Amino acid sequence: MRKVVRGFYAVAYSVKLCKPNVICAYPITPQTEISENLAEMYANGELENCKYITAESEFEAASILVGASATGARTFTATCSQGLILMSEVLINAAGMRLPIVIVNTNRALSAPLSIWNDLQDSMLLRDSGIIQIYVEDNQEVHEMIPQAYKIAESTMFPTMICMDGFKLTHAYEPIDLLDQETVDGFLPPYEPPIKLSIDEPLTFGAYAPPHCYMEFRYKMHKDMLNAKNKIEDVFKEWGEIRRDWGGLIEFKEGKTVLVSLGSLVGTMKEVAKEMGLGYLKVRTYRPFPYDEIREALKDCDNVVVFDRAVSFGYEGVLTIDIRNALYGESPNVYSFIVGLGGRDVPKEVMEDCVSKVLSGRAERYRFEGLKDFEEVTY
Amino acid sequence: MRISLGAVSRPLESLNDKTGTWAVMVPRIDRERCIGCGECYMFCPDCCIEMVQEDRKRYAVVDYDYCKGCGICSEVCPANAIEMVEKVIE
Repeated sequence: MRKVVRGFYAVAYSVKLCKPNVICAYPITPQTEISENLAEMYANGELENCKYITAESEFEAASILVGASATGARTFTATCSQGLILMSEVLINAAGMRLPIVIVNTNRALSAPLSIWNDLQDSMLLRDSGIIQIYVEDNQEVHEMIPQAYKIAESTMFPTMICMDGFKLTHAYEPIDLLDQETVDGFLPPYEPPIKLSIDEPLTFGAYAPPHCYMEFRYKMHKDMLNAKNKIEDVFKEWGEIRRDWGGLIEFKEGKTVLVSLGSLVGTMKEVAKEMGLGYLKVRTYRPFPYDEIREALKDCDNVVVFDRAVSFGYEGVLTIDIRNALYGESPNVYSFIVGLGGRDVPKEVMEDCVSKVLSGRAERYRFEGLKDFEEVTY
Repeated sequence: MRISLGAVSRPLESLNDKTGTWAVMVPRIDRERCIGCGECYMFCPDCCIEMVQEDRKRYAVVDYDYCKGCGICSEVCPANAIEMVEKVIE
């Protein structure tokens, strides 16, 4: 059924079809309407066998879900920006406890200065946390990614975070081909945890590990995260068979010069690539990082142009660091363009300008593109 | 070595972690002075103090396997019966 809905509803409706048992979130722009939609569905009695719990902060919301998930509940939360980093202490624990919480992060810039607008600095900060990160291009993709995220989370036992661009996707109206209950039920079996907390069987999750065994736990986590790549691919493939093939860990089109990005920026990037006859690479899963796939795709091209919306202060664009590393020992020139921070618009012209800089040999290793002239003052 | 998913452990498994090895200073209880009030028992953050009844005398005993030597018992003792002494590792 096709319906014109906002990004929020595309998320909430899909979450409903996945039959979560506990939903807990704290409002934060641009996420709020996702939890509002779910709260409304809950109040209308559309969510069976589900508890919607209000929390006093993101920290509490995540903590409630850790407890719920440990008991074997299917859980959902949505947040972004300061909310995500407030959750981070808990979510990193959830990753170590291997709790398959599904999070939708509506990417928003970090303070300070305060910004409610979009960039990827928030989720990129959790890059090394042991949380699976999937970036989506549009609202149809996020709508269809939610059942897949549950399947990925519950088969790998890692928290899984879908990153969708705040405002650019969340607030946008798009005609969405809505999923039906039958399709989701056929694809996503009920959650059967391998081990769960109950009154009959008390357990400690995330117990104390002294130096003689901590490293083994972390090694196991790393190995499972690497193996998760295969499981994610399987899930993507299975979804492709029953619904629509969105591609694997990356989406790639060959070219001598290849543009690389993730999130909603990919839409513009594909247009630019098409008009200028270039290749493109869309990173779908950022962690686990598709190292082999990216290396194989990019190793023989001349230029790799990465559009980054997060900065590792004192180094360069965050995605670029990973792309460069994947290409270690190979010959492409990798250029980083840091664009769109804090909601700065990235029109086609900006991207075309970046590409022409690269093609005419005027590009630097990295560059903030689209900066205005400014004067520094001590206020 | 057992590496459980999510570092899950069952009840009483943590007894294997003898956290008393962290201690530098440990409490020594003077049984003559101890009035058996149980103040140290109430305040011990690691539940390392047991109150023992022997004939008509009641006194505190420290479980050195898990006492980390925080010294709270010594601070709160109203009878000045608990002295913190350097731990001797044999």
